[in-house]
Amino acid sequence: MDKVIIADNISLSYSGDETIINKASFSINSGDFVFITGASGSGKSTLLKSLFGALKLKEGRLLVGGVELNGVSKSKLNFLRRHIGIVFQDYKLIKEWTIEKNISLPLLINGYDKTVSQNQVDSLLKHVRLTHQSNKYPLELSGGEQQRAAMARALAHNPILILADEPTGNLDDYSSGLIWNLLEGANIQLKTTVIVVTHHIPESLNVKYRHLRIEYGGIHEIN
Amino acid sequence: MKSIKNHFSLVIALVSILFSMQVFMVMDRSVEAYKHNLATQYSVIAVSQKSISKEDLLSFDHLISDVEELKPDSVIKRLNKSMDVKNIELLKLTLPKFYKLHLSKFPTPQEVKRLTKNLLSNNGITKVEDFSSNHNTTYKMLLVFKNIITVFAMTIILVTTLLIFKELRIWQYQHSERMSIMGLFGAPVWLRSAVLFRLAITDALIATFIVFVLFTYLSQDMFILNKLSEIGISVVIFNQVSDTITLLSTAVLLSVFLASMIVLGHKEEV
Repeated sequence: MDKVIIADNISLSYSGDETIINKASFSINSGDFVFITGASGSGKSTLLKSLFGALKLKEGRLLVGGVELNGVSKSKLNFLRRHIGIVFQDYKLIKEWTIEKNISLPLLINGYDKTVSQNQVDSLLKHVRLTHQSNKYPLELSGGEQQRAAMARALAHNPILILADEPTGNLDDYSSGLIWNLLEGANIQLKTTVIVVTHHIPESLNVKYRHLRIEYGGIHEIN
Repeated sequence: MKSIKNHFSLVIALVSILFSMQVFMVMDRSVEAYKHNLATQYSVIAVSQKSISKEDLLSFDHLISDVEELKPDSVIKRLNKSMDVKNIELLKLTLPKFYKLHLSKFPTPQEVKRLTKNLLSNNGITKVEDFSSNHNTTYKMLLVFKNIITVFAMTIILVTTLLIFKELRIWQYQHSERMSIMGLFGAPVWLRSAVLFRLAITDALIATFIVFVLFTYLSQDMFILNKLSEIGISVVIFNQVSDTITLLSTAVLLSVFLASMIVLGHKEEV
């Protein structure tokens, strides 16, 4: 199986000198569904940020989608990011753009044809039950609706890898259920690799998953 | 409404800068036209005991563009009644020669001094009348006028530029979030900043258009045209081709510079 992520003795620190992940190694195969858990402040989000090059490694070697992230050039990093879908805890939707335009962002960046892009956005809006909200702006929507829009954006360009940082953190059961369904669907139907950082692994998942736990600066696989 | 507000502050700042620039250009043209008028009217009188050829006089200083010998007839005419013909002929021979020297441009006081010195250093020329006191007053007034306008225009440009830099911070705040999010999805720099540059260029076009309309109107305003003709000058207040190009280039350069500063100052935040 192809490895999407190879981390070899990586050390990470968020700010200052304090190392929160110390010489950890792991790998993630293509098509894996992975949960990363750990106590607050253990470095879950920090690890996730390093996976899309938003945080530099202190030491070690990290390969994502075949791209070596140590000293990666801007253009190579942009190329990698164009093949990743990211869901943030705080949604990171562009406030001055409508929901429809926000969802189409990865398609715009990847140079999709307008008609193809519109069809894809319409289909995703249906999946996340936001068709009636498509022309609204993010701040006009509830937290759950914004997170569903962010999820739709992450899936829009059929990425090889989805990184989600506590995607259901503060959501109601309905929105949470929709988000897990979408992630499962992407993993099962499209064989997309999914990495989710969370405090709680949902019980009713229909997908086989791996569980990595961050503890005392190390990353351990839990069987 | 929000979109108009976004444009408004930069457009106003750009209009002030372009307006000051155009006023400065009009003033500069007016002063130059007035100087040209003075130069054509202004002349220096040289008095010589012997006759000097036009070529020799022209060679004394490069400022001299033409030479006219003044005939003593008008002076002699007054003496006609009290003197006999023989004495008048004798007087004609002993009277010095008067030369009116026209200059190629309106001279500075230093140039007048040099010209006088050059003329007096030549054998024969005994006196040079440069009307320097009148000339200096007019010249200094012109310079003061031009300097006041320059200081005025520079002050407006400086204050407006400071306002633009303040605006830059607001823009930086408004656009950094969008640029960061686009960056997280791998958008290249040109795509992240495309909105910003489009906004900047649109504002430059709007500002140039406003100043274009304003000065097209002013250039046909009878009050201004009458005032200019009263002081005997004809000035192009607004050249719809060359002035528009100058104003548009300035506006585009300034706003693109502003947008570039935002792009360069942008730091990715996650």
